[in-house]
Amino acid sequence: MKESPRFLFFSIILLALVSIFINFPNLQKISLGPVKNLNIDPSSFLRTFRIGKNLEFRRGLDLKGGTSITFKADMSGVSPSQKSDALNSAKTVIEKRINFFGVSEPVIQTATVNGDSRIIVELPGVTDVNQAINLIGTTAQLSFWEQGGTESAKTATPAAYPLGIVEVLGPAALKTSLTGNDLESSSVTFDQNTGNPQVQLVFSGKGTDKFADITKRNINKIVAMVLDNQVIEAPRVNQAILTGNAVITGSFTLAAAKLLSTELNAGALPVPLSVLEQRVIGPTLGIESLKKSFLAGVIGFLIIVIFMSILYGRLGVVASLALVVYSLLVLSIFKISNLTPYGITLTLSGIAGFVLSIGMAVDANILIFERIKEEKRLGKKQEDSIEIGFSRAWPSIRDSNISTLITSAILYEFGTGVVKGFALVLAIGVLISMFSAIVVTRTFLRFFYEK
Amino acid sequence: MKNKTLDIIGKKNLYFALSLIVVIPGLIALLLFGLNLSIDFTGGSRLTVNFVQNIEKQKVDKIKQALISQNIKVYIVEQSRNQVFLRTSLINQKQNIKFIDALTKNFKDAKETEFETIGPTIGRETTINAIKAVLLASVLIILYITWSFRKVPKPASSLRFGVSAIIALIHDVLVVLGIFAILGHFFGVEVDSLFVTALLTVIGFSVHDTIVVFDRIRENLRRSSGSFPQIVNDSILQTLDRSLNTSLTVLLVLFALLLFGGETIRWFVVALLIGVTSGTYSSIFNASPILVVWQEWSEKRKKITK
Repeated sequence: MKESPRFLFFSIILLALVSIFINFPNLQKISLGPVKNLNIDPSSFLRTFRIGKNLEFRRGLDLKGGTSITFKADMSGVSPSQKSDALNSAKTVIEKRINFFGVSEPVIQTATVNGDSRIIVELPGVTDVNQAINLIGTTAQLSFWEQGGTESAKTATPAAYPLGIVEVLGPAALKTSLTGNDLESSSVTFDQNTGNPQVQLVFSGKGTDKFADITKRNINKIVAMVLDNQVIEAPRVNQAILTGNAVITGSFTLAAAKLLSTELNAGALPVPLSVLEQRVIGPTLGIESLKKSFLAGVIGFLIIVIFMSILYGRLGVVASLALVVYSLLVLSIFKISNLTPYGITLTLSGIAGFVLSIGMAVDANILIFERIKEEKRLGKKQEDSIEIGFSRAWPSIRDSNISTLITSAILYEFGTGVVKGFALVLAIGVLISMFSAIVVTRTFLRFFYEK
Repeated sequence: MKNKTLDIIGKKNLYFALSLIVVIPGLIALLLFGLNLSIDFTGGSRLTVNFVQNIEKQKVDKIKQALISQNIKVYIVEQSRNQVFLRTSLINQKQNIKFIDALTKNFKDAKETEFETIGPTIGRETTINAIKAVLLASVLIILYITWSFRKVPKPASSLRFGVSAIIALIHDVLVVLGIFAILGHFFGVEVDSLFVTALLTVIGFSVHDTIVVFDRIRENLRRSSGSFPQIVNDSILQTLDRSLNTSLTVLLVLFALLLFGGETIRWFVVALLIGVTSGTYSSIFNASPILVVWQEWSEKRKKITK
């Protein structure tokens, strides 16, 4: 390796340049005069790999503003073997509902903690937590009811009856087997006569059969549609409907009709949910935090550069360069990670972790430089001192960084939210800092001191 | 080497005493007052109300009243120019809707900008996880150091290095916890999940620092043939420049974060500042001297048994 610092040097420069383009994709917009004539467009290189447009930092809610809700799924009615299925289908339903709601980049995760099943929902940009909970948590269970034929059906306790059912169907109302699960789809249409919005239902094959049966046996009788335990409509059946189409006319506003249609489309939640935790972060607060921590980061960085240059002169300047490469690499990793399923979300604590990792990267350099100083004091040549300094400092750097990695692994394992983000960033920072201290700084030094 | 004459090991008892002067009051505060735990651990709600105009005391009272009338306990009220920050008992969704209604009814320019509710289950979990994490991290670090120093020459033993590093680590954790117990009691400073992060970072940093010195001791044991206390003292002095320079760099960065990083991470940064300072101190003045004390003890015991 020692023979070709040039090769490594230019590889690192290339790596740094690629990182610059990843971090500042708008760079080509800055007119560089003659360079522009050469027609170099760095981002076209990125576009070739189809990654240009997705390269954004994924910011956490604390930097962007939004709502985070943790639901507990009540699994008491679900058999143990079906718990994970129920949880996943609840997640799917929530995903659908949120998509209809039009939130960009929602995060929906399931978690099982101490036997509790949980769903964690993060909605960037949403600040009305009550509206969000209503949308996610409502069950939207649609059912159809008919009049009971005989008095014996009266055994059902009136308490279990939906609101208003006795008034329309009498005390012997019966629930049919037709439910929202038999829906193929629903949509908002408009009544051709009145122009009022209504919700159009299209049943699945099975649902069509059930609906046909119900309408056949209830001609000239009333069939009630019940949504979430409340009668929303009780039309009289004029003739058997065999096509599998029905309309809820109700008296909806357009918004209410859309919401109902959305909820029906998404289907019912298989398990009831209750709120365990909720956070709302105002968008201005998030952006303020981002600006402040960014400023703090830049100032911290400058302090390190000045400090290192004063303490170690030329060596310090080289280390500062390595530090620039280090920062570029880490930031690129944050961005690139979003192309994989293991995207890194940048939070306030994550930024703190990043700044701390810069400190640790500097420490590795300080360790090495102190060793180089010592070797020089012993009368060794500059180049020899550099080589010995690096190899002597390595065990310290390795051991201390591994202990930091152990800590961050445990933090990641046990931490929740904030702590996890911090741990991940710290671990990545430490790994890259070892690369930066050993490979980048050494190559730079070899290159600059090469005869 | 300019510091050649400095004798740290000779004055080790002085440095131990200095540590105790800091640790003992903190420990007393910790036992008497405990930590001022935030809703992250206890469960509860916190909310921030923003006003367009400046806040008078009357407005704050009205806000408090709106909560109290719903049987919500208000624990802490803080206000700045146009913000009121409240920490309360658990507020459920219905109560929050009512509160927002009352807010818009009473004030034209008020808005609930932040609302956070943490159920008691989550709070308990965070506490347990925090304790687990600290303990597990300590154990794994002892194991790693013991393994990494397994080839250390006699008379030292690798387990001693691990245990000494952990004693220094416990020292740093106690310093931070103690100071925050005092801050919490007298200045209402809360301990939240970011604080746990700070604590774990301090653990990482403390061990990091200690290992650098230990590493030098290991190297010098292999190469030179002085007495054990002499070698330890030399090793501390040889790494002194590095320890101080690194800590100074980290502290400077932390000061930048403290001054410009905004309020959200203020106490997090303060915890780190205290921890890093303590970590540097303990790696120089506690961890390595403990190795020497241990060495002297075991030699004495050998003499007695003989």
